[in-house]
Amino acid sequence: MNLLTIAWKSILQRRLASFLTALSIGLGVMLMVLVLVIFGAVDSAFTQRSVGYDLIVGPKGSDLQLVLSAVYRMQPPIENLPYLYLQQIRQDRRVVSAVPLAFGDVTEIGSFPIVGTTTEYFENEYMPGQSFRIRGTRINALFDSIIGSEVARENGWDVGSQFSIIHGGAESEDVHDEKFTVVAVLDTTGTANDRTVFLNLDGFYAIAGHEKPIDEVEKRLKDFYAADPDRLNQALTQLQDYRTRQAAKPADSQPSAVVTPAIVTYDSPDAMKEVTAILVRTRPETPFDAISLSAELQKGFQAMAVNPVRPIQRLMTGLLGNIQKALVVLTAIIILVSGVGIFVSIYNSMSDRRREIGIMRALGAGRHHVFGIVLAESALLCLGGATTGWLAGHGLAIASAPWVIRQTGLLINPWSMNTLEFVLFPVVAGMAVLVGFLPAMTAYRTNVADALSS
Amino acid sequence: MECTVLIMLWILRRVRLRAGFSSLADIVDRRGLVLSFRGILRAEANMSLLLEHIRKSYRQPEGGSLPVLGIERFEIRQGEQVVLLGASGGGKTTLLNIISGILTPDSGRVVIDNRDIAAMPEVVRDRYRASKVGIVFQTFNLLPAFSALENVMLGMVFSGRGVDRGFAKQLLERVGLGHRLNHSPKRLSVGEQQRVAVARALANKPVLLLADEPTANVDTKNQQLVLDLIRDTCRDHNVSLLMVTHSLEVAGTFQRVERLQDFNHPELCVKGQAI
Repeated sequence: MNLLTIAWKSILQRRLASFLTALSIGLGVMLMVLVLVIFGAVDSAFTQRSVGYDLIVGPKGSDLQLVLSAVYRMQPPIENLPYLYLQQIRQDRRVVSAVPLAFGDVTEIGSFPIVGTTTEYFENEYMPGQSFRIRGTRINALFDSIIGSEVARENGWDVGSQFSIIHGGAESEDVHDEKFTVVAVLDTTGTANDRTVFLNLDGFYAIAGHEKPIDEVEKRLKDFYAADPDRLNQALTQLQDYRTRQAAKPADSQPSAVVTPAIVTYDSPDAMKEVTAILVRTRPETPFDAISLSAELQKGFQAMAVNPVRPIQRLMTGLLGNIQKALVVLTAIIILVSGVGIFVSIYNSMSDRRREIGIMRALGAGRHHVFGIVLAESALLCLGGATTGWLAGHGLAIASAPWVIRQTGLLINPWSMNTLEFVLFPVVAGMAVLVGFLPAMTAYRTNVADALSS
Repeated sequence: MECTVLIMLWILRRVRLRAGFSSLADIVDRRGLVLSFRGILRAEANMSLLLEHIRKSYRQPEGGSLPVLGIERFEIRQGEQVVLLGASGGGKTTLLNIISGILTPDSGRVVIDNRDIAAMPEVVRDRYRASKVGIVFQTFNLLPAFSALENVMLGMVFSGRGVDRGFAKQLLERVGLGHRLNHSPKRLSVGEQQRVAVARALANKPVLLLADEPTANVDTKNQQLVLDLIRDTCRDHNVSLLMVTHSLEVAGTFQRVERLQDFNHPELCVKGQAI
């Protein structure tokens, strides 16, 4: 038996009041932990760690929208770039890899985003040090597809499943005729890839209705290459050839593909193709490549190259950072109010415990002993409540992680510790001393003879 | 200079050994050496309690003071059992509080086991009380949050000697409560509660047990049992006993019966008689 066990016994004597006050602290801490875990997950999902590319190239417009649509698949695409521009970028000596993305459609079931890309996308790391792990085969046929783990889980799809896609987004009811076949399922990555359906880029182009009229393509090329007549002329030549070929075909035939996937081929010229975004990796040994390339691309044409981190960081530190701060401050106030509750509870109990303190003093307890016992009570309530709240917060994060992934695609690491959590316990201990001090002083000053005769 | 210090240390060592102090610091930290030396030199052999020139008055709200105690000399020898009779409001509780160190006299010496507790700083006096004086209250004063065993161990926590669970159990077995160790006071009968209180008072092997009307709240059947228990356990452990009671019947069983009014002269406070 020691002072701590004596304090614990005193707490048990007023177990309901003690439980309620500790609970209030616990709830405050639990809320704070949840806020930190959730914002930690958001922060981790939207930072450099989640993007295995140095630059994202897209049409001029909002850099944030480009990143959100190309990397996180949360926004509709801005516009498209000519496929020829992808080839141009690939020729740059600073570029190690340039992966095209074409998107805008969603699956008929589950409304998962459709992304047309090349096999290079899966050969590259999706984040530094992390490679895709694929169960199944590579994309061979035009209408083969690879699906993310969440798509497979939610839609109950697996290798061999067939599905249809909707043109333009979930709100559109224009279902394409083409049937796509799942040939592989990705392992969970904790990124937007888990909720994405990947198509063969040529398959994406081959979907009926995806190819724009030649006149419209011509106009867009003229706009895009207005400052580069040589490339424009090459593109227009390709278009002219294609126009001639199309004119020779029977009037009722499909422009370039037929619905039977096994035998279909896509033979439109590159000038007819467009990509929505290009993911670029530059040489890792020369980190300035990304900066210089970005600056160059920024100057000409109608494209832009953005660092995938900066717009998100701006969003995080601007809007989300302030929301996080507000929530942390709010939970800190809840904890503080709970601390006041503990103070009131202990302080009110002091008049009932006057005789108890007198007895302890008569048995030889010094003033410092009774002071310490009351302070220990405050510490046990505060730290006990905080520990319970901390465990409950992380417990709730563990329990809700699968649901959060399902609902938002956000991969929660319930045991990730925020720096604030390390500060939390010393702060709560300090608060325990603060709220316990006045009641402890009351115990310290208790007149033994009076207390015993009361 | 060095030689003087060495001689002083040698003298201190001799004194410490003779008086049974545990360390030199025990002597030095009690209002200086002079008082301690005086206490030691005046202490009598085999004396558990010695009161000398005690004066105690209470300040009254309307001003002035109310003299309560004026005792020239009162003593209890080691192992002696004394009963103290006195009218209500006669100063018995104040006297017990002064002997136990809960209150300090306005002047005078309270020597327990050869040391003047009135001269001690409060921190030392508290610890000394825990280790040298056992108290049995009229209302038992067991703490409801603790079991019988924990109530007995409670005093040990504050004595600074460490908690001896085994000895606490022995004491409860000695008072016939070996089967009720983990019962809370609420689940014990009045007689059993008083027995726990007796065991608790003896937990730190005190030299002096103060019992403030220990049978007042016990039924007639249990009165004699409690009385016998206190007296027998004190005898077994060679503990001096000072029991306050109103009962002449109880007093009749003691060899030494003291009436407070016989040796307490509060008017001495008013006269301001020199100590």
